[in-house]
Amino acid sequence: MRQTRSIELATGFFAALGFAALFFMVTQITNRNLAFGDGGFRLEADFDNVGSLKEGAPVSMSGVSIGRVESVRYDQQTYKAHVVLRIQPQYNRIPEDSDAAIFTAGLLGGQYIGLQAGGADTYLKEGGHIAMTQSAVVLEELISKFLFSFADKEAQQKTTAPETATSNP
Amino acid sequence: MNLRIDRLGGLRGALEKLGGYLLFSGRLLLATPVALLRPGLVVAQIYNAGALSLALIMFCGLFVGMVLGLQGADLLQRFGAEEALGPAAALGLLKQLGPVMAALLFAGRAGTALTSEIGLMAATDQLSAMEMMAVDPVRRVCVPRFAGALLALPLLTAIFITIGLYGAQLVGVQLLGIDTGQFWSQMRSAVELDDVAEGVVKSLFFALACASIAVFEGFHAQPTAEGVGRATTRTVVNSSIAVLLLNYVLTAFYLS
Repeated sequence: MRQTRSIELATGFFAALGFAALFFMVTQITNRNLAFGDGGFRLEADFDNVGSLKEGAPVSMSGVSIGRVESVRYDQQTYKAHVVLRIQPQYNRIPEDSDAAIFTAGLLGGQYIGLQAGGADTYLKEGGHIAMTQSAVVLEELISKFLFSFADKEAQQKTTAPETATSNP
Repeated sequence: MNLRIDRLGGLRGALEKLGGYLLFSGRLLLATPVALLRPGLVVAQIYNAGALSLALIMFCGLFVGMVLGLQGADLLQRFGAEEALGPAAALGLLKQLGPVMAALLFAGRAGTALTSEIGLMAATDQLSAMEMMAVDPVRRVCVPRFAGALLALPLLTAIFITIGLYGAQLVGVQLLGIDTGQFWSQMRSAVELDDVAEGVVKSLFFALACASIAVFEGFHAQPTAEGVGRATTRTVVNSSIAVLLLNYVLTAFYLS
C-alpha cells in the first residue's frame, strides 16, 4: 500500500508538472491576451499596396500597440487592399481625419500599421473608415525610383553640360 | 531463381509484419478507452513511462535549450539581430526540437523498458498463464502500457519545451547579455497559439508511434533472451525512424 501511494504521488507530481508546462506554453509564450479577444471596435482602411502585412500584425499609435490587423483582403471594386483593424476599446479617441501608414519594424522585422492622429474633434467609431492611407514601401519600387531619378539627373547634366561649356568662353 | 524467391519472401514478410503491426495498433487504440475505466493500471504505467523519464527529459531539455541559445545567439549576432533569439528558440523548440527530441529520448528510455518487460513476460510464460486464466494479455498487459505511454509523452514534451526555453533564456540573457524583456516580448509577438498546437499535435502522433511500436515489438518478441534483446533494438530503431519520418510529413503538412 505504501508503495502504491508513492507511485501515485510521483505520477500526480509528473502530471501536474506536465499540465503546468502546457499552461505555460499557451499563456506565456504566445501573444494570446485572454482579455482581448472580440472586444474593441473595428476600423477599415484601403491601401494601394499592403506589402507583406499579415493578419494579426500590430496597429500602433506613437509606437504603442493599440490593436491588431483582423483581416487583409483584396477588394475588386476599388482595386485596393481592404484592411480591417481591431482596436482595443480603451483607445476610443482616434480623430476622424487620422491617417494610416504601413511601416516595417526594424530592418528585417514584420510590417505593422501606424496611425497618426489628425486634428478633428470627432472620433472614429465602430466600422469607421480611415480615408488617408500610405502604402507599404516596396524595396524594388524604391530602388527603381532611385535609379530613375539618378538617370534623370545624369541626363540633365549631359544636356546642360554643353550649354555651360559653350557659354563659358 | 532461388535468390529471387527469397527476396519475394522477404518482401512478403515485411508486408505481413507491417500489416500485423497496423492491426495490433488499431486493436490497442480501440481498447484504450475501456482501459481508462480501470485507471489504476494506467496510472502505474504513466508512472513507469512518464515519471521515471522525467529527470532525463528535464536534464536533456535544459541542455538542448542552452545549446540552442548559444548557437542561435552566435548566428544572430552576425546580423545584429540577437533579440530574435527568443522567437528562434521558442519556435525551434515548440515545432521541431521539443517533440522530436522528447520522442527519441522517450523511445530510448521508456520504449525499450516496455518492450523488454512485455518480451520477458512472454519468455517466462506469464502471458500464456494469463491466457490459461482466461485473461486477455493484450487487454491486461499491453493496453494499459500503451495508454500510459500515450498520455505520458505529450506531457514530457511540454516539460521538455518549457525547460528548454528556460535553458535558452539562461544562456542568451545571463551569459550573452541579451535583454530579458526583448527576449520574452519578441517571443510572445512571434509565437501564435497555432504553433503551440502544432507541437502538441506532433507529440501526440509521436506518442502513438512510439507506444504502439514498443508494445508491438514486446508482444511479438521471440520468447528467448536473444529474441527480447533483438526486439528491444528494433523498438529503438523503428521508433526513431517513425518519429523522424512522421516529423517530416507533419512539418510539410503544417507549412502548406
